[in-house]
Amino acid sequence: MSISEQTNTATLTDDAQGMSYLNRLPRRIVVLYLPLAVFIIVLLFPFYWMAITAVKPNSQLTDYNNYSPFWVVGPTLDHIKYLLFETSYPGWLWNTLVVSVCATVLSLAASVFAAYAIERIRFKGSRSVGLLIFLAYLVPPSILFIPLAVIVFKFGIYDSKLALIFTYPTFLIPFCTWLLMGYFRSIPFELEESALVDGASRWQILIRVILPLAVPGLISAGIFAFTLSWNEFIYALTFIQSSENKTVPVGVLTELVRGDVFEWGSLMAGALFGSLPVVILYSFFVDYYVSSMTGAVKE
Amino acid sequence: MTAITTKPPSALGALTRNNTFLGFMFLLPAAVFLLCFLTYPLGLGVWLGFTDAKIGRDGIFIGLDNYIALANDSVFWMTVYNTVLYTFIASVLKFGLGLWLALILNENLPFKSFFRAIILLPWVVPTVLSALAFWWIYDAQFSILSWSLIKLGIIDTPINFLGDPNNARFSVIAANVWRGIPFVAISLLAGLQTIPQSLHEAASLDGATGWQRFRFITLPMLTPIIAVVMTFSVLFTFTDFQLIYVLTKGGPVNATHLMATLSFQRGIPGGQLGEGAAIAVAMIPFLLASILFSFFGLQRRKWQQGGQD
Repeated sequence: MSISEQTNTATLTDDAQGMSYLNRLPRRIVVLYLPLAVFIIVLLFPFYWMAITAVKPNSQLTDYNNYSPFWVVGPTLDHIKYLLFETSYPGWLWNTLVVSVCATVLSLAASVFAAYAIERIRFKGSRSVGLLIFLAYLVPPSILFIPLAVIVFKFGIYDSKLALIFTYPTFLIPFCTWLLMGYFRSIPFELEESALVDGASRWQILIRVILPLAVPGLISAGIFAFTLSWNEFIYALTFIQSSENKTVPVGVLTELVRGDVFEWGSLMAGALFGSLPVVILYSFFVDYYVSSMTGAVKE
Repeated sequence: MTAITTKPPSALGALTRNNTFLGFMFLLPAAVFLLCFLTYPLGLGVWLGFTDAKIGRDGIFIGLDNYIALANDSVFWMTVYNTVLYTFIASVLKFGLGLWLALILNENLPFKSFFRAIILLPWVVPTVLSALAFWWIYDAQFSILSWSLIKLGIIDTPINFLGDPNNARFSVIAANVWRGIPFVAISLLAGLQTIPQSLHEAASLDGATGWQRFRFITLPMLTPIIAVVMTFSVLFTFTDFQLIYVLTKGGPVNATHLMATLSFQRGIPGGQLGEGAAIAVAMIPFLLASILFSFFGLQRRKWQQGGQD
């Protein structure tokens, strides 16, 4: 074995490219690139279809014989104009934003304290509280919405944004707490101990030492909580009656779908615009998304 | 220079140094929320299942009447069958395709992080809104899928995606799989990346084939994370509501009703809160079974790998 080969294997164990160098190009095309292309096309086609329908003039929308359905000649903004100026859509966007931001902030605040208490203040039973929080995360909204509707009605917050702001934390707090527990666990004890020795109170340690170090965790949890609230449907459908309080998913489905004539153009425009905020947020914070998703699963 | 002040030991000071009290105070906000809006409704739901509550009227206790009525209700049993079928087929497909996608993304590819980013899109976008796109794709007259298949000469007449019971079942399953693949793939990818390359290299030096390396290295190392991911996947599929509500509302003739949608239909528009709650409670045994199954699966694997517990 020559020296050059030895250095070669040395770099390989650094798992820079694994063993993929063993595969030849034709094989890689069939085994990797082709299936990947199919996956990508299938996963992205509905979005393409949504976008292209949103800008298609009505005359081309269902006329597949004279116009290729996959492309658009002379795109129009009519559907989007109709959506923004002749429906309550901007109001729904605003409602969704308010509800998501409030629910996220509330849940994050409660979760930071809870996660810190479970992870670092070693009180009696903190382990079992942690387990209970995880179990709470497994309770699905679809078995809670009927009793919650009764409760929301009794509290007198039925058909208001408050109903959603108070009920969304039921699935946000368990998730955020679980995620933040993982982050707090990764912060070394020694930092806290030296702060304690220097006379800091628990409150000061949390605010001055732990939180600054847990910023990536807070961002992950916050973004994820925001997306979950933005996408929530069943509570919003059950607790909101009047058009001016609806969120985007509910509003588009219940108010834009009317009778038998579907206005696919404006419907798809509504779907597109309702998705854009989370997609933009996502594109800025991809890594935080992935870490919060896998972080919550790995535990 | 600030003077050192020695505070007299007060009752409050002693309390804040008591970990149990401090932990309790820190937990209080989260606990209040979860008790009010999670534990209490869960209990109330079970109670409502034993009453004949209707919208606008508190129910009275009627024992097991709701459950007896459900047991004799053919629509309910069809719904249970649908839900189990939906969950089983969708979960198997999501697992298979998700694992395949994860294995592809784990290879050395150009623009890997870009692919990883766009693959998550179906999962980030609100389900209701992407389901609307599927509704349009599945349109009876103007479905782009039917049109493409006719152009390719595979079929002659448009497929009635959502109008025929069996077609409708498979159409909603396909939409669910589409939405679920990214979650499974990205989570499993995270698991795959923790498997050291050196194991694969050692095995292939010993003459293991690609399949053997997958079967005896990748799969066993991945089992714990597969168990967790699939528990979540089964849980969310079993309690799915949004896709069905948008695409079929349970039709045609109840063929695609899931327990969640039936519970909604009877409980909220139908006004029979008690019966709706009973259907929701009937989901709990299935959910518990799937959680326990994966929990014990997980424990065993941990022990096999020489971990604690």
